[in-house]
Amino acid sequence: MAAALGLVVAESWKLALPALHRFGAAFVVSAAWDPTQDSFGALPFLLGTLVTSAEAMALALPVGLGAAIFLSEMAPPRLRAFVRFPIEMLAAIPSVVVGLWGLFVLAPPLRDHVEPLFARTGLPIFAGTPVGVGLLAAGLVLAVMVLPTVTSLSLEALTAVPRAQREGFYALGATRWETVRRGVLPAARSGLFGAAVLALGRALGETMAVAMVVGNSPDMPRSLLSTGSTLASVIANEFTEAVSDLHQAALAELGLLLLGVTLLLSIAGRLLMRRAVR
Amino acid sequence: MTAAPPRASPFRRRRRAFVDSAMTWLCGACIAIALLPLASLLFMVVARGAGAMSWTFLTHLPKPVGETGGGVGNGLVGSALILGVAAVIALPAGVGAGLYLAARGDGATGRAVRFLAEVLSGAPSVVVGIAVYALLVRPMHRFSAVAGGLALAILMLPMLARATEEAVRMVPRDLFEASLALGVAEWRSSLWVVARTALGGITTAGCLALARAAGETAPLLFTALGNAFWNVRPDQPTASLPVQIFDYAVSPYPDWQRQAWGAALVLLLLVAVLNAVARIATRARLPGGA
Amino acid sequence: MRRLPLVLLLLAACHSSTQSSAPAPSQTLVNGAGSTFVFPLLSKVFSDYTRVAPAVRFNYQSIGSGAGIRQITDRTVDFGASDAPLTDEQLAKAPGLLHLPVVLGSVAVAYNLPGKPALRLTADALAGIFLGEISRWNDPRLAAANPGVELPDLAIAVVHRSDGSGTTAIFTDYLAKVSPTWAAKVRHGTAVRWPIGIGGKGNEGVAGQLTTLPGAIGYVELAYAFQNHLPTVELQNASGAWIKPSIASTTAAAAGVDLPPDLRVSVTNSGNPAAYPIAGFTYLLVYRDQTDPVKGPALAHFLWWEIHQGQAEAEPLLYAPIPPSVVEKDAAKVQSMTLSGKPIVEG
Repeated sequence: MAAALGLVVAESWKLALPALHRFGAAFVVSAAWDPTQDSFGALPFLLGTLVTSAEAMALALPVGLGAAIFLSEMAPPRLRAFVRFPIEMLAAIPSVVVGLWGLFVLAPPLRDHVEPLFARTGLPIFAGTPVGVGLLAAGLVLAVMVLPTVTSLSLEALTAVPRAQREGFYALGATRWETVRRGVLPAARSGLFGAAVLALGRALGETMAVAMVVGNSPDMPRSLLSTGSTLASVIANEFTEAVSDLHQAALAELGLLLLGVTLLLSIAGRLLMRRAVR
Repeated sequence: MTAAPPRASPFRRRRRAFVDSAMTWLCGACIAIALLPLASLLFMVVARGAGAMSWTFLTHLPKPVGETGGGVGNGLVGSALILGVAAVIALPAGVGAGLYLAARGDGATGRAVRFLAEVLSGAPSVVVGIAVYALLVRPMHRFSAVAGGLALAILMLPMLARATEEAVRMVPRDLFEASLALGVAEWRSSLWVVARTALGGITTAGCLALARAAGETAPLLFTALGNAFWNVRPDQPTASLPVQIFDYAVSPYPDWQRQAWGAALVLLLLVAVLNAVARIATRARLPGGA
Repeated sequence: MRRLPLVLLLLAACHSSTQSSAPAPSQTLVNGAGSTFVFPLLSKVFSDYTRVAPAVRFNYQSIGSGAGIRQITDRTVDFGASDAPLTDEQLAKAPGLLHLPVVLGSVAVAYNLPGKPALRLTADALAGIFLGEISRWNDPRLAAANPGVELPDLAIAVVHRSDGSGTTAIFTDYLAKVSPTWAAKVRHGTAVRWPIGIGGKGNEGVAGQLTTLPGAIGYVELAYAFQNHLPTVELQNASGAWIKPSIASTTAAAAGVDLPPDLRVSVTNSGNPAAYPIAGFTYLLVYRDQTDPVKGPALAHFLWWEIHQGQAEAEPLLYAPIPPSVVEKDAAKVQSMTLSGKPIVEG
């Protein structure tokens, strides 16, 4: 296990060395990604990753939490078992299949109906030409992908709250929602937070589905309708064909950045979950 | 919180009841929203995939560009080969680590291993692809099923270790101690008594890990690459279903896009079968449990 | 415990047992990767070549010319294919690599407009669109060259390659020749920093975007435009003539070209009045000194066949065969290939 992890870090590090030497810390704040000039910066991809993941979280967190509350507090047990299975099944669907769905089922109506509507609002975050694929589509696809994680981990956190907690509130005459809001949610707080952090970690590292719908341009994201790239998607697109060693090194360094961020998140998430379940 | 005052006004009580039922509906709606994409996805994959499905599709090689027909037989065999390699690497290592964790996992080393497993399980698959490219592909001057298998094995390891540990921990401790009492060495007890009893759980773990690995695409792009022909040699570039889905999906040929849906259906069925086997294995081995 | 891997392997084997025709174990697999530009042709050629040499299979993965150069340099494949010759710097890292032009192709500028009106673009207008200076289809700078064509009030969606690509190299090589702004701002290469647009992976990806996105314009290899029924732009060449991409206008681009000894050459913006301005050779990249006693000869014999008999495959797929002068030079290169120091193909 340690060998496997060490291997991943060491080999990526070795490959990334030329870029580490050449660009140093400036790599993460530079917006230039220009293979013809051998100048590379991670900023467009960091932002692309941030924007798509934030969007996914904004959509998936409320829905996932709501679903988890319904399943743990409101649904009859038979329905709970019945619904839980398909939601967990969603987690088992390969990324590339979700991407296929995003590309052919989600993107066309986005382009023809949803995005023109958003563009008409005139808000700067919806500036640009509706093309279907782009940061908006990528965020939606990511939301679909992290939804099962959010739901099942939140459910775990909620069910870990002792029964007595609820019964106390009911005894005081609280309605079901009041019990949830004042009794269950605060008690499950750190577990729910952990669920969010783990889901975020998954969103950040998701590759294929994003690469298929994000539009793949190495530019700074200008609006939600614009095309972009994430750390993971640019690696998938450019890694085998990076002609100069520096280009390959820069991609490996993006990989290291991604690895670092997701590892931190996964550690933080698990610590929070553990504290909650204990 | 001071829940309800003893004598609430009728108005206030009605308001609280309204909020309560509104929130119930809202949360129920969340379930519907959560299930909507799943329903759409499954429907599209089955509806469009079924159209591409045929015996030829499953057993033939892709046709040259411009000719319609052909199939994903190479991807099926290739996926099987890569998964086979991954299983050979990951199963002993992952199950071994799980057994170790279950037996001695409470010490500092055990905690460290468990921690590493959790950390590794969060690693993005695409980064694993980079590492295996640097470790195997470049030095050996070839893309290969072995490289693809290693990448998938690294992704399977933490899952296997953790699930094995859990399965083993469900085996009654008495059984293990009985074996020790009979004078059987600790490692043999662990292997023969505990592992056999926990076999169902371990099979479950293996199937789930394989199911996850079967759908992985990103690391294979840099390791197994692809192959337009049949290949059973682990040292050669190898096709795989997920990579074929990706290639076909972004292609401009309607016939290939159709085949991408077909391949997606095949892949989903494969994942579903592995998941089903995982569930059955657990149920069969743990009477009354799970 | 011991049964477990077996069980799982069986499981894995189960889902593959549906395949009936097992691969012949004695086949030699020669692996190649690179240009998506030439993929339609190569996939046909390799499929036909199995009738000439049944014991050899050429596995070609179209992952982009950049990848072709990278992977042949790293020697992870037996041959590469690229639409852009290696730069001097790249060639220094792959000593002994031969460039064999095997076919001429043209890069079509294709678009998706309602009603598919015919479209002409001057070199300036083309550069303006790809620089992001012209952003709507009803821009007066486009109307001037298209009298009588009703251009819609629609945003222009530029589609370009997201991967390292020889198609991009040829296209940007042309733009850098005709537009000083482009030459200064974007330059040319297999991957450039696009001022604007959506990236598609491979010629396939760009063509895919073009078929589905109204208002889109992008550049693809001619065969991709044709197969997807995409209308192509008529361009103004260096002599001022309006030229559609075709086999004849592509052949004209290479007529009388001065070939350097290493065969690395650009044929864009040709002075020939009949020439389509965005054309280029696709090169197969192989090492002069082969080491594998089976693959080396297989590769050399294939190359010999490809530059002679194989040329007949080009036209039906909308590529232009290489001119006789190039065939001659290619033949000399193939004859110079050696297996552990001994020549493979006799003259």
